[in-house]
Amino acid sequence: MHRFANPARFLKIARPLTGWLFWPGLALILAGAACGLLLTPADYLQGDTVRILYIHVPAAWLGMGGWAGIAVAALMQLVWRHPLAGVAGRAIAAPGALFTAICLATGSIWGRPTWGTWWEWDGRMTSMLVLLFLYLGYIALANASARDGQAGVSSVTAIFALVGAVNIPIINRSVVWWNSLHQGPSITLRGSSIEGSLLWPLAPTLLGFSLWFGAIVLMRMRAILAQNKVEARMQRLARG
Amino acid sequence: MKAKHQRLVLALVALAAIIGAGLLAASALKDEAAYFYAPADVKTKGVEPGRAIRLGGMVVKGSLRRAADGVTIRFNVTDGKATVPATFSGIAPDLFKEGSGVVAEGAFDRQGIFVATNLLAKHDERYMPRELEGMQYNEATHEMKVEK
Repeated sequence: MHRFANPARFLKIARPLTGWLFWPGLALILAGAACGLLLTPADYLQGDTVRILYIHVPAAWLGMGGWAGIAVAALMQLVWRHPLAGVAGRAIAAPGALFTAICLATGSIWGRPTWGTWWEWDGRMTSMLVLLFLYLGYIALANASARDGQAGVSSVTAIFALVGAVNIPIINRSVVWWNSLHQGPSITLRGSSIEGSLLWPLAPTLLGFSLWFGAIVLMRMRAILAQNKVEARMQRLARG
Repeated sequence: MKAKHQRLVLALVALAAIIGAGLLAASALKDEAAYFYAPADVKTKGVEPGRAIRLGGMVVKGSLRRAADGVTIRFNVTDGKATVPATFSGIAPDLFKEGSGVVAEGAFDRQGIFVATNLLAKHDERYMPRELEGMQYNEATHEMKVEK
């Protein structure tokens, strides 16, 4: 990873990679969503309501995966002092929070017709809401600790990211440890309890949203680095 | 030991401690964070009448009765170990039916009948097209079989 410690070398790869992630990602999202809306059969119990699955599941995956990414970046910052780790953490935070919010919103919309409620304080929903608050806390902390000429985040912010990572396995296990309104995991290592004809559009939407997430993170990293460069140049000019 | 390795060891020890603390907290919360009482919990722990709780389980097949007033329903809730009778007046969610999951909010009356003020439908993790309805999902083998 230290090959990319030099921002110039990172940018040389990130610039073309952004497009390669963005456009195929968008195509896969649209194709997967269209298949999920038009081609798959309705669920035996929930009818057409089940189709929100193709957005809800990728959103949950990226909300949780985003924080895992922030935690790995924090570890690389604290241990190896990688110069781009803090930049990556800041870049992941906003889209991660967005997908967590999308997961909560689509879950709420899904819950009303199926469970009969918009919101309940069960283990899964509460721990996912905590994840959203963790993201907001991380963003606030990262912004507060941003100093002139520094694109990354402070050590306190990185430690906060590592501590917050405890919530990820809790979200994952919440429906197993505690009885909850949310159903148990459908897709496990042993297989899927979503029947094949309903499951397959999830593959393109999961992959598509993930590629798109990568593209957004790269764009934001480039923007943060560019902003940093502008500020450094302004300071040099001001000193004259 | 290089400073880099020192930091790595420190970070890993701290991470292990945090995860340990998190898991301890989660296991201590096991009962407190439960979203509902199962019928067996009600029997073993004893819930006094009038205390607002949530009761969760499966609606026993063949137990659903509609009273003469048209809005009151009676049904039994089971978790396989214990069964308790429940009653509810109002509009039940569409997914509420016999053999399906339910979470009822309310309290027990003096006769031990659960008087629900609100019903939520709980569905399981299976999704399948209508043509396959009646197939049984085997949790151990992840296979679908025709229900006998």
